[in-house]
Amino acid sequence: MPDHAEHFPGRIHQPPLVANLDAIQPRDHVEHPHHPKLQHHFDDMAQQVDASTLGMWVFLVTEIMFFGGLFAAYLVYRHANPEGFAEASHHLNVTWGAINTIVLIVSSLTMALAVRSAQVSAPAKTQVAWIVATMVLGATFLGIKAIEYTDKFRHNLVPGPNFQWTGKHPQPAEIFYSLYFCMTGLHAIHMIIGLGIMSVIGTMAWRRQFDSEYYTPVEVAGLYWHFVDIVWIFLFPLLYLIGGHFTE
Amino acid sequence: MYYKVFGALIIGTILTVAAAKVDMGPLNNVVMLLIACTKATLVILFFMHVRWSSRLTWVVAMSGFFWLLLLFTVIGDYISRGWVPGTLR
Repeated sequence: MPDHAEHFPGRIHQPPLVANLDAIQPRDHVEHPHHPKLQHHFDDMAQQVDASTLGMWVFLVTEIMFFGGLFAAYLVYRHANPEGFAEASHHLNVTWGAINTIVLIVSSLTMALAVRSAQVSAPAKTQVAWIVATMVLGATFLGIKAIEYTDKFRHNLVPGPNFQWTGKHPQPAEIFYSLYFCMTGLHAIHMIIGLGIMSVIGTMAWRRQFDSEYYTPVEVAGLYWHFVDIVWIFLFPLLYLIGGHFTE
Repeated sequence: MYYKVFGALIIGTILTVAAAKVDMGPLNNVVMLLIACTKATLVILFFMHVRWSSRLTWVVAMSGFFWLLLLFTVIGDYISRGWVPGTLR
């Protein structure tokens, strides 16, 4: 048997101070000295959840820049055509928009409660229930969006060869609807991705993978879901509520 | 606590819709954006737990909004052209 000291010269080879480790620690503890979900490159669970949260926030910052560019385009075109944008906004259905805002806020609440239920090690059923509630509300939002989009297609308000505008500002109106479909469409894609993420998280919760010590995936999925809600909080007034709803 | 934040968000939504029906001229935009920013702040601090997160998370989260501030400051140049006599339109 080769001497270890030859192969690892930096290491001082010593016999263990206590010959029988079982005598001072249970065997199980020696084999699993940490939470099974703790990955080897982290010191402890707190560091792991901090790193995941930070990573998600870095991603969300790129998302802020992504949507920020569209809001900037909106601002520039609206500044150039204030009356046209007001006229075009008037044809959006405020009732549907307001209902969808409420639906998303309620879904944010159920999402926060889903994270909370995992944090306090609530039963898997409770965790899944909150996640499913969030998904149902997300699907409701998309359903209402589909109704609105159908309505826009029926009334030839989709930019392109079939766009028809009876008001005074046809060209700015077409720009407005281009931005409307681009921004709400991108937001809807984020919602669809969110539903995909939530179905994975729901399955994990169903398999009892989350408890007070390990709930990082729910927490991070929650960050994404709330971010998408925030985008809508800005989209709703800027698209639906500009210009002359007081003239009704 | 989550329910209180939720209540505030719902009230904010109702206020936004109500304010849009009152003619305040350019102030309409200011009011609507102020309410939206307040709602976003509530969501970030409480629902997204930034209030209890590490300092590093604070800095990273704020960096995104700081970038937005820079972006809209630059656009402010475009918006404000012609406000002062002699500037290019």
